[in-house]
Amino acid sequence: MPEGHPVPVLPPIERASVAAPGAELIAEPAESRAKRRTKYGVLFWVCVGIVGAMILLAVLASVLPIQSPTSLDYQAVNSGPSLHHLLGTDDLGRDLLSRIIYGSRVSLIIGFGSVGIGLLFGGSAGMLAAFRGRGTDGVLNALSFVLLAFPPILAIMVIEAFWGKTLLKLTLLFALVATPQLFRVVRANTLSFANREFITAARSMGATTNRILFKELLPNVLPSAVSFALIGVAIAIVVEGSLAFLGLSISLPTASLGNIINEGAQLYNLQANPYPVLFPSLYIFLLIVSLNLIGDRLRASYDTREAKL
Amino acid sequence: MLVYVAKRLAQLVVIVFVISVLAFLLVHLLPGDPTLTILGPNDTPQARAQLLQQLGLNKSLLQQYWTWLTNVLHGNLGESFITHQTVTNAVATAIPIDIELIILSQLMALVVAIPLALFAALRPNGKLDRVANSGSFAMLSIPTFVAAVILVLVFAVELHWVPATGFNRLSQGLGPNLKSAVLPSVALALGSVVIYFRLLRTDLIATLQEDFVTMARSKGLSTRYILLRHALRPSSFSLLAGAGISIGSLLTGTFVVEYLMQLDGLGFQLVNAINQRDYLMVQGFALVIAVFYVLINFVVDFVLTLLDPRVRRA
Repeated sequence: MPEGHPVPVLPPIERASVAAPGAELIAEPAESRAKRRTKYGVLFWVCVGIVGAMILLAVLASVLPIQSPTSLDYQAVNSGPSLHHLLGTDDLGRDLLSRIIYGSRVSLIIGFGSVGIGLLFGGSAGMLAAFRGRGTDGVLNALSFVLLAFPPILAIMVIEAFWGKTLLKLTLLFALVATPQLFRVVRANTLSFANREFITAARSMGATTNRILFKELLPNVLPSAVSFALIGVAIAIVVEGSLAFLGLSISLPTASLGNIINEGAQLYNLQANPYPVLFPSLYIFLLIVSLNLIGDRLRASYDTREAKL
Repeated sequence: MLVYVAKRLAQLVVIVFVISVLAFLLVHLLPGDPTLTILGPNDTPQARAQLLQQLGLNKSLLQQYWTWLTNVLHGNLGESFITHQTVTNAVATAIPIDIELIILSQLMALVVAIPLALFAALRPNGKLDRVANSGSFAMLSIPTFVAAVILVLVFAVELHWVPATGFNRLSQGLGPNLKSAVLPSVALALGSVVIYFRLLRTDLIATLQEDFVTMARSKGLSTRYILLRHALRPSSFSLLAGAGISIGSLLTGTFVVEYLMQLDGLGFQLVNAINQRDYLMVQGFALVIAVFYVLINFVVDFVLTLLDPRVRRA
C-alpha cells in the first residue's frame, strides 16, 4: 500500500455489547502488522494457504509429475483412488487429479482475470465518477444501471454462444459483467471519503486532482474494494462453473471444474462412479469457502459501515 | 408515495426498453449467420435471397427492430427454425415449471430461515448461533450445481426416493407433481436459505438491542411475543432486499437444476436453443427471462417501500 496521507481515525462507533463477527475491528486505529496477523485469526491464514496452493498447482500443472488430463487409460476406467491414479479416473480412464488441476486453471484465470480487469476499469470509473460528480457521475451511473439491469448469466450465455468460447473471450465477458458491480462499490466508497476533511484540506493546500485521487483517495478506497473483489472472484468462479456445467463454458475436451462435474453427473456415470463428481465438488467448495472467508475477514477489518447511498 | 411509484414505473419502462434493444441486438450483431444454419445443404443464392426476404433480414436494422418490437408487443415472438414451434408457445409451456420451482423453493427457504434466525438471534454467540452461523457460511460456498448433483446422487440414485429426471405437471395430479418438484426445489432452496438466515439474523440482533425491545421486556411481555410481534417486522427489510439480490443466483440455480434433471423450464429450453443455435428461440427466451427478472426486482422494491417508509424519502 502506498504511503499516502495517514489513514484518518474513523469516527467512534458505538460498540454494541454483541456485534457481528469482526465488527469489533472497525473502530480500531491502525496497528502493527504483527498484531494484525493474529487479529485475522488462524483460519484466515489457512484459507490464504489453500488458495495459494491451488494457484501454485494450477500454474505449475505442466511441470508437475501428473498425467495428461486427456490421456485415456483403458486399463483403469472408472477406478477409485489408487496409487497410480491418486483420485481415481473417470469413465474414459482419464486421471481425475490431473483433470482437476488443469480444470482449475480455467476457473482461476476467468475468476481472477475478469475481476482484475473489472476492478481496474470499474474501479477507476467509480472513483472518477464519485470525485467529479455532476455530469460524469450521472452518465456513468446511468450506464452502470443499464448494464446491471440485464441478468449477468443470461448475457454471458447468449453472447458467448454466438461469439465463441475461448478463454480470452470468456474472461472479457465476465469482466464486462463485473465492471458495473465494482464500479458501484468503489463509487459508493469514494463518495463516503470525497467530502471528508482531509480531502478538503488537501484541496485547500492546492493539491492536484491526480494527487488527490491517487495519494489521498486510492489508499482509502483500495482495501475495501479488494476485499469485495475477492468475493467477486468467488462469484465469478461459481458462475463459470455453472456455465461449464451447462456445457456453455470453455469448449471440450479442455477440462474445467464445471464440465468434469457435468460429465460425472450423467446418470449412467453417476450410478457407476461418484468420484468424478465428489472430488471436483470438494475442490470448488474449498476454493470458494476460502475466498469468501478471506474477503469477509478483510472487509470486516477495513469497511466502515457503509452509509446507504 | 404515488410520485415515487410513478418514478419507479418510468424507470421500469426505460429499463425494459433497453432490455428489448439489447435482446434484439444480442442476436443480430453477433457473428454467425443464422441463414447458414437454417439452409444447411440447401444453400443456393435464390433460396438465401428468399429466406432473407422472408425473415426481413434485408431491411435496415432499425426497421427490423421496429417490426420485431411490434410483433413482440402483440405476443408474437417468432417461430423456431428447428421445431417450428412458436416461441410464445414454448415460453407458455415452460413458465409454469419455473414459477412452481421458485415459489416452492422460496417458501421452503423462508420456513427454515425465519425460525432458525429467531433462535440464533435470541442468544448471539450462543451454541446454536455459532453452529448455524458457521454452517451457513460453509453452505454459502456450495454452488447449486454441486448441491443439486449431490442431492440427485443421494436421494435419486442411491435411495430411489424420488425420480432423478423429468417433471410431472400439476395436471398429472398433486402427488406425482410434488414428488418430481421436491428435489429441484430443495436444491434451489439451499442457496436462498443461507442468504435469508444470515441477513435476518444480523438485523434481528441489531433490533433486539433497541430501546423499544428493552421497554417491551420490562413490561413483562414474553420473549416469543417480543420476537414475533416487535422485532420481526423491523428486521425483515434487509431480508426482502436480499430476496431481490438473490434473484440473480436463483436464476443461475434454476438453469442448472433444470438442465441436470431435464425439467422443461425456461432455463432448460434456453440452453437447448443455444446449443442448436436456434436464434429466434434464444432471443425470445432471453427477452422473457430478462423482463421476468426486472419485474421481480421491481415488485421486491415496491413491497419494500410499502413496508419501510424510509426508502421513499431517500
